[in-house]
Amino acid sequence: MRTILFIIQKEFLQIFRNKGMLPIIFVLPLIQLLILVNAATFEMKSIRVSVVDLDLSTSSRKLISKYEGSPFYKIVQTTFSYNEAMDLMQQSKVDVIIRIPDGFERQLVKENQGKVQFTMNAINQAVAGLSSGYCTSILIDFNRELLQDWLNPSQMAGLKYIQTDYSYWYNPKLNYKTYMVPGILVLLVTIIGLLLSGMNIVREKEIGTIEQINVTPIRKIQFIVGKLTPFWIIALFELAFGLFLGKLLFDIPLVGNLWLIFLSGGVYLFVILATGLLVSTITNTQQQAMLVSFFFMVVFILMSGLFTSIESMPNWAQQIDRLNPLMYFIRIMRMVLLKGSTFADISPHFYSLVVFAIVMVSLAIWRYRKIA
Amino acid sequence: MYSPEAENIIVVKDLVKKFGSFVANDRLSFEVKKGEIFGFLGANGAGKTTAIKILCGLSYPNSGELTVGGFDIYKEREKIKKNIGYMSQRFSLYDDLTVFENIRFYAGIYGLRRRVIEERASALMEKLAMKESRNMLIRDIPLGWKQKLAFSVAIIHHPKIVFLDEPTGGVDPITRRQFWDMIFEASRNGITVFVTTHYMDEAEYCDRVSIMVDGKISALNTPENLKKQYDAESMNDVFLKLARTKVN
Repeated sequence: MRTILFIIQKEFLQIFRNKGMLPIIFVLPLIQLLILVNAATFEMKSIRVSVVDLDLSTSSRKLISKYEGSPFYKIVQTTFSYNEAMDLMQQSKVDVIIRIPDGFERQLVKENQGKVQFTMNAINQAVAGLSSGYCTSILIDFNRELLQDWLNPSQMAGLKYIQTDYSYWYNPKLNYKTYMVPGILVLLVTIIGLLLSGMNIVREKEIGTIEQINVTPIRKIQFIVGKLTPFWIIALFELAFGLFLGKLLFDIPLVGNLWLIFLSGGVYLFVILATGLLVSTITNTQQQAMLVSFFFMVVFILMSGLFTSIESMPNWAQQIDRLNPLMYFIRIMRMVLLKGSTFADISPHFYSLVVFAIVMVSLAIWRYRKIA
Repeated sequence: MYSPEAENIIVVKDLVKKFGSFVANDRLSFEVKKGEIFGFLGANGAGKTTAIKILCGLSYPNSGELTVGGFDIYKEREKIKKNIGYMSQRFSLYDDLTVFENIRFYAGIYGLRRRVIEERASALMEKLAMKESRNMLIRDIPLGWKQKLAFSVAIIHHPKIVFLDEPTGGVDPITRRQFWDMIFEASRNGITVFVTTHYMDEAEYCDRVSIMVDGKISALNTPENLKKQYDAESMNDVFLKLARTKVN
């Protein structure tokens, strides 16, 4: 135990004597939160619309004005030529073309139906899907108003239609940032933990001090635990600091029990730090360690469910993702922070992390060889 | 101090270490007596560092029987590690820690108590006349000091044997002389010294020397006997004669 304390003391001295460390610890989370949370958004704010109104009737103007009035749409072009509108779409200056054919109002009155054409730029399928949804809902709205105008109240009453009302749970204002912040925080502690620990033993290899340690009777577990603990403390502090910033800057809800977050975070960090140390035992230079860490980090992050929904991944990918510790911790963070989930709710994810932690720490201890 | 009757503290029999097809240590056999200063000489690349790393438990041999301090190198490595000190060619002090912090760390992982560490550190600083440098970073102190400090740290836990791998590389003759004074002192205190070097003047300071050429031990005796045997003025001549025989 005393041996471990000597290692911890030495690591802390070195960490805080390194002038680059304090900015990393305090500025990195701030920048990550400010940039990533604001940038990584799927919210649709200004869908650029080109209007091709060939009907020029009261009805068509009314329909267009509904799009004009919506905060989501910005009409950037009004033209009579569909080709002109297509040109703009080719140049990626327009997201949606709304074409109202000649005779739209006449058909509407005579045949009780009208046709409108929407052309979506679907290069980004997610955006196209969302904007088509918005477009349709506005059209439905328009439709209902038409009915109200044309039918008398008694007929209206006889008309049966299903009205949909939404109430959004856990994120009532549909604030994307609320959803992003917990995930970004996981990213933050992962990067800090993996890089700091990944660089660590390798650095001792590079400067040659590892030999001096290896000729001492120190036990492997003492060495690994002594090395892990300082980064564990720093990363948990980062988590707390990040939560504080998230509350301050984005007013994220902290519905659940914060101790649950730190308990899961503590276990999760064992996984990450042990992975970092494992990397540094199998590499010989800091560059190698950096590259290997980045490889794992990119794969884990992209499959973590931070930016894309895990449920929409193909089944084989979901099976692979069961080996992704990030995925579990991001889920726990969102569940506890946004929904107020209790330990019972998160326990499957939590126990998965515990298993990971045991496996990774054992691997790191096993892989660390006291030979040079 | 060498005496033929003293017990063997290191016994090496038929040590072989290969890296691929390259044989770094080719059936080395020798004994080191308790209390002597044993010089392990050889040109660069002769296989000195390879052998010293095996004796310290930092590397495995391919074959051979070895005991260090009475412990088997295959089965009792951790017991060996309790009883040896090691100073490598590279300085194994942390540049970004102070003199005292380095001493405290290494003494600490050898299991010394804080009170003992404090005492030994103070005594050490006194001896090295480095009291004022106690809180200076290693990167800010001169090379000669670093070497003396590295040696002192290597024996801070009072080991039975200390292994020094080219400890005086790159320092001036005066500092080298001072460094050897420290080695003599450690020897007087009962520590067996196993030192590699390719400075032949340093070989004269050893009780016995072995000379390695191309992975084999070509000669092993006291400096006086070797000079007689090879009819040479100095150890330098002995070494040149041995190396030349090899080339022919």
